[in-house]
Amino acid sequence: MATEAPTSGEYIVHHLTHMNSTGHAQKAVIDWSVWNLDTLFFSIALGVITLFFLIRAARKATPGVPGRFQAAVEILVEMVADQAKGIIHSAESRKFVAPVALTVFLWIFLMNSMDFLPVDLLPRLWAMISGNEHAYLRVVPTADLNGTLGMSIGVLLICLYYNVKIKGLSGWVHELFTAPFGSHPLLWPVNFLMQIIEFLAKTVSHGMRLFGNMYAGELIFMLIALLGGTATVFGFLGHIVAGSIWAVFHILIVALQAFIFMMLTLVYIGQAHESH
Amino acid sequence: MNLNATLIAQLVVFFILAWVTMKFVWPPIVKALDERAKKIADGLAAADKAKADLSLAEKKVVDELRKARESAGDVRTSAEKQAAKFLDDARAEAARIIAQAREAAEAEAGTAAQRAKEALRDQVAHLAVAGAEKILRREINAQVHADLLANLKTELQ
Repeated sequence: MATEAPTSGEYIVHHLTHMNSTGHAQKAVIDWSVWNLDTLFFSIALGVITLFFLIRAARKATPGVPGRFQAAVEILVEMVADQAKGIIHSAESRKFVAPVALTVFLWIFLMNSMDFLPVDLLPRLWAMISGNEHAYLRVVPTADLNGTLGMSIGVLLICLYYNVKIKGLSGWVHELFTAPFGSHPLLWPVNFLMQIIEFLAKTVSHGMRLFGNMYAGELIFMLIALLGGTATVFGFLGHIVAGSIWAVFHILIVALQAFIFMMLTLVYIGQAHESH
Repeated sequence: MNLNATLIAQLVVFFILAWVTMKFVWPPIVKALDERAKKIADGLAAADKAKADLSLAEKKVVDELRKARESAGDVRTSAEKQAAKFLDDARAEAARIIAQAREAAEAEAGTAAQRAKEALRDQVAHLAVAGAEKILRREINAQVHADLLANLKTELQ
């Protein structure tokens, strides 16, 4: 393998394997003893970069004439604040929820943007640095289900918190059993089941949507890289043309998915504020 | 597509990032935005007020100008009136002085003429007497005929 080029299947599988705490691909579907070190590293690094820029903007924020950087951050803040204002009517909740939405948007935007780096760049660099030619590395934290589900479960916890905070524990439990079908005792189990399914569906789809989009995008970049890997004229041109087109299109997906995740965060938390 | 402990870590990271944003990022930026909005609103209000003040001042200026023009007109009319009055007075005075002078001159001329006449009369009387003397050759005594001469003098008047 060291001298021979990997087959297409090996190449793809290698690229889709995380650098985790065990050093080899995870066997079980769920294994709580394993950590995906690459996802953790890149998501935390990008989160820190996000916060670094935001805090710099916040430090320099003045009511006077803004610079370009400040204006850019302010446009983002205004955009998020407007969306939050339209969806969540409690000003008290917005103090926490709007910053959450801003963080989510910028953080996911940056994590998604890791897709723009050439698929082999960072893994190859890592292989050189670590000295292990078969070192695994995935650079897009949002193409890891753990990353996206971690965030969507975070949103779920915020929803549960506001359900209890706004409606009171008894009010929320009452709603769990009486909505959406009615308060007849016979309907209680049905209502409760529906509510649980709703929460599950929201959270899973919230995380899965982002994961699916980024995973698919990453996969297509790999396939395009494989095209270039054929080392033929057709492959080379195809790599350039297809890679350019997909990268340009991916700009839309990156921004759109970040925006969708943010909007759904706001919508779900907004729903927690409303009684059925 | 495996689930593992990364999920929990990501969940914690999510809350840490959100908390930091809520604590250190959101409030100063929103505060700055609100303050700027207020500043702009204040500035606009001040501009409106200044505009209103300006138009008021302009109106005042126009008013004052009109008033000044009016009062200037008044002053001119009264000045003209006064000047005309002065002129009339002066004219009348001059006429009076002239008339007086003429009268005086006339009176003087009258007395002078009177005097001349009297002198002439005297002389004529003398001449007449002298003539008559010559004619009558000492027949007439001047003392005797003084009455006669006086009569003649009055007749010549």
